Amino acid sequence: MSKIAIQASGLVKWFGEGEAKTTALKDVSLEAQFGEMVYIVGPSGSGKTTLLSVLTGILKPNAGKVLLEGVDIWGLKPDQLADFRLGKIGFAFQDYHLFPRLSTAENAAVPLILRKRPWNEAVSEAEKYLDVVGLKSRAELPPVKLSGGEQQRVAIARAMSSQPDILIMDEPTASLDGDTGVAILSFVQKNVLNKDRCIVVVTHDDRIYQFATRILRMEDGRLKGSEKSTT
Amino acid sequence: MNGILKLAYKLLVNDKAKFSALLVGITFAVYLMMFVTSMFSGVMKHASANIINIGAPLWVMDPYVETVSNSVGMPAYVLDEVRSMQGVKYAVPLYSGGALVKLADGNYQTVSVIGLDDTSLYGRPELLEGKIESIYAENGFIVVKDAEFSKLENPHVGSEFELNDNRGVIVGIAKVRTSGLYGIPTLYTTYERAIQYIPNPRFTISYVLVEPKSVSDVPRIKQQVEALGYRARTKEEFMKNTEDFFLYKTGGGTNLLIMMLISFTVGLSLSGQTFYTFILENLERFGALKAIGAKNRDLVRMILFQATFTSFTGFGLGIALCVLLIIVAKARLPSYAAMVTFGNLAISFGMVVVIAGVSSYFGIRRVLKIEPFEIFRG
Repeated sequence: MSKIAIQASGLVKWFGEGEAKTTALKDVSLEAQFGEMVYIVGPSGSGKTTLLSVLTGILKPNAGKVLLEGVDIWGLKPDQLADFRLGKIGFAFQDYHLFPRLSTAENAAVPLILRKRPWNEAVSEAEKYLDVVGLKSRAELPPVKLSGGEQQRVAIARAMSSQPDILIMDEPTASLDGDTGVAILSFVQKNVLNKDRCIVVVTHDDRIYQFATRILRMEDGRLKGSEKSTT
Repeated sequence: MNGILKLAYKLLVNDKAKFSALLVGITFAVYLMMFVTSMFSGVMKHASANIINIGAPLWVMDPYVETVSNSVGMPAYVLDEVRSMQGVKYAVPLYSGGALVKLADGNYQTVSVIGLDDTSLYGRPELLEGKIESIYAENGFIVVKDAEFSKLENPHVGSEFELNDNRGVIVGIAKVRTSGLYGIPTLYTTYERAIQYIPNPRFTISYVLVEPKSVSDVPRIKQQVEALGYRARTKEEFMKNTEDFFLYKTGGGTNLLIMMLISFTVGLSLSGQTFYTFILENLERFGALKAIGAKNRDLVRMILFQATFTSFTGFGLGIALCVLLIIVAKARLPSYAAMVTFGNLAISFGMVVVIAGVSSYFGIRRVLKIEPFEIFRG
């Protein structure tokens, strides 16, 4: 039986007060195991991004508990939580958020640099991950010289460089054409996912559903069900 | 360099347009600040030229004297009284005044005349040509070879001139540490000859120069002089009084303050605004760093480093620019009054620290407020 990577129970999150109060998460519970690539899908405004933020220790829930690898992350102090994220979680953001003034390799090395690794060592280490995503030859280029798909791969290399146990991908295909999106997720499934890593993907792009181990559907702040991928 | 600081450095300097704009702002502000304060320091140094050149440690004067160039004559008994005071090693009179010299071409030139004590020649300048004892020769004057020297038609030893219908002869050419403020040549002669050649009021001693037996005697001498109805000031106090006069009684201080405020405003508005824009443009990336796991203190360090690095680089460039222009100006105009002092540097440094502090304060506030959650929402 696989070890549990993410265990969340009774998550509630609302924004605003009084008449302006909006409840984004309504008693959400879920589990994800190492070796799984879990998709959270649903229409815009269904609470996917809020759930992702709560699960990764970025947005504090009003109620509920999140255990990552058995650690109650919302019981940690802010600095401990930041260290936990830095050590255990890799992020590939929807808009990549790469630094345009840094080279591709330097961008990929950012989590290592934040972990106080010496600059040259961090960049050299990051180049290995660029190699994994097929961009080693472009290590010296700034991100603006890369295509959207290549930038997404740099974002993945950056997320992988700290060797996270949990990889979070927020709308990874939102800025890509269909073929590139499929290629990226195929690559992630083959090269990034392993038995010691759990990948959570938030998306509403059904062209990439085929790569999911499990798909969780969200609607109106609730998880409406879980299903195994059809492929 | 620490990895996080190198990250901050690269983010800053690789954005060449913003970095250049930041540097231009700081450099220009420092340059303005340095230039205006250096000019003031230079003017002050020239205004205190006689105090510096004569070099006496203690000066006795009328209480109403505000600058060395505006002396009020004192009666001869003051010199006698001072000589008999406890703690005084010796005291000599000094004459300081102005006169008109008629040049060979018939034109007149205003000059500053210093009359040295006939016996000791205390405060005499260093001679480049001639011998000091020649000052006792008939009609003997020593001319200072400074930027104003040519206004006396470049005299040489033996040159003659007319001073208040009296014949004068150049018997020596001297150099001094600092030339005067008012752009006129300086002549040295004996005290007796000075008061003889130049029309004077009843009292002729401009200053009594005092050599105390020891530094510890200075307060006692000052008390005794005050009891006499006059005032004794140390060399440093007299220079400070002169500086205060120009600062507070001529409008110079107001102008200086206005220029300092302008340079500060220019620096703060140009650099502060540009730095804040730089932070805003990178706000999402700072948010991404937060989401990845950067702590607030890491981001604060990055911003402080960026602000400090920019400010200190601009500080260095501003000083270099100012010094370069002063050197060029002095090469063209020997009497150009500007001087870089530790005080100028400290004022400019203080301004740069404030600019860096204010710029980074607003940047830090903005970055600390950003929620990584916003990054997920795109």
